Amino acid sequence: MTESIVRALKCRECGQEYPIEPTHVCEFCFGPLEVVYDYDKLKGKFTRELIESRPQTMWRYKELLPIDGEPTVGAQNGYTPLVRAKRLEKVLGVKELYIKNDSVCYPTLSFKDRVVSVALSKAVEFGFTTVACASTGNLAGSVAANAAAAGLESYVFIPHDLEQGKVLGAGIFGTNIIGIKGAYDDVNRLCSEVAGKYGWAFVNVNVRPFYAEGSKSLAYEMMEQLGWKAPKHVVVPMASGSLCTKVDKAIKEFIKLGLIEDNGTAVYGAQATGCSPIAKSVKDGTDMIHPVRADTIAKSLAIGNPADGYYANRVIKESGGWAEDISDEEVVAAMKLLAETEGIFAETAGGVTLGCAMKMIESGKLPRDESIVLCITGNGLKTQEAVIDAITKPRIIDANLKDFDALAAADGVQTS
Amino acid sequence: MSVTVRIPTPLRKLTGGSDEVTIEGTTVGEIIENLEAAHPGLKERLCDDKGEIRRFVNVYVNDEDVRFMGGRGTELKDGDEVSIVPAIAGGC
Repeated sequence: MTESIVRALKCRECGQEYPIEPTHVCEFCFGPLEVVYDYDKLKGKFTRELIESRPQTMWRYKELLPIDGEPTVGAQNGYTPLVRAKRLEKVLGVKELYIKNDSVCYPTLSFKDRVVSVALSKAVEFGFTTVACASTGNLAGSVAANAAAAGLESYVFIPHDLEQGKVLGAGIFGTNIIGIKGAYDDVNRLCSEVAGKYGWAFVNVNVRPFYAEGSKSLAYEMMEQLGWKAPKHVVVPMASGSLCTKVDKAIKEFIKLGLIEDNGTAVYGAQATGCSPIAKSVKDGTDMIHPVRADTIAKSLAIGNPADGYYANRVIKESGGWAEDISDEEVVAAMKLLAETEGIFAETAGGVTLGCAMKMIESGKLPRDESIVLCITGNGLKTQEAVIDAITKPRIIDANLKDFDALAAADGVQTS
Repeated sequence: MSVTVRIPTPLRKLTGGSDEVTIEGTTVGEIIENLEAAHPGLKERLCDDKGEIRRFVNVYVNDEDVRFMGGRGTELKDGDEVSIVPAIAGGC
């Protein structure tokens, strides 16, 4: 067992350090806390060979995830396919395109299984027996499932008008599911107050610094699967902006540890126009994030007041990336395109990511001749409402060959 | 005119452990000044050097974000409830 390299919780604003505890806000300046590490302790010990010798889960990178010892929750989670998107390359006119496909993440089909595995393992370490979250849907399902498998009590808080697939995809696990009359930002505010009152581990409140680190595993896998290389460009969907910052952190960690060469990776953010406070700030050339009232079918990204918006904005600018936003119609069109070219049914957020990438390829912000990875973070079966009117309905015929022959003839299909 | 201010966990050390305090004031800005007078140290946690509410601090009046109202100038009436909430994350 290697020694934990976690050093402390550190305020991202004033730099004040705190011991490892279930807390997320600096007592001095109210800034958000982040886990920091002593990377020097890993020098020469954390090698490609060691990682490759381990099971294909997100925990093959456990030294860079903030728990002590082995994970107690979600030990099988992560390690999703990185797909070379040859057919989509042709449509978009780009040379080297990959999909990091977390729409098939174990066990609840979204990248939230990564953050939840870390958050709940940490919650168990801290001695909590009830876990909770504020969620736009995917997180609720992941907390409910992973808590069920670990024998933890759970409370999940969601906006009352979420997609049926996400409500069902949490409720099935026997969790206490609470619908809040309001938008996600209202749920968030309530949970922040609930977390202060009840002795629970709220994955995105009091254990948020640990939870957020789980996102890094998506990028570690991406780099290993590219043959121990970072892409030139990576496009991520943005709600709070957290994933954007953690992908950047993961790449920098691998460079620091000598696992990859610095490829000058630029990070790009994608939002739906109906909720695009971070993309707007990037396009306006400011670092001021103005909260908005979210109105988009991409509900998993509908956070009008993004907690990590400022940091996401900075990562995008410093890495040489860009941000874009697209309409709900473009989201649906991109979901269909991804499905029809690569056989991947992504949720609305996936449509946002691909659609924004297309817009940035057209505008020249994303070059056509360099490697691009698109991060797909959730599964389309959970957001069926968004595409139900846009897909081909079955043509109903009787169970007889003549009827099918007539249909095939109308389609111009030849018999052999 | 007095309003109730709900204090988040990280700031309760400054209010002697209280999760709610009653403060006089007619605007959000005044409430922050009077909070500081009653519980020294609160203002610097809520506001930056220029006195603006910090970007990762959310202030709500009766469940409405003051950024959508008048910011620090948001007017208050007797019995209003003010919540101070640190920014938190969900989604991606």
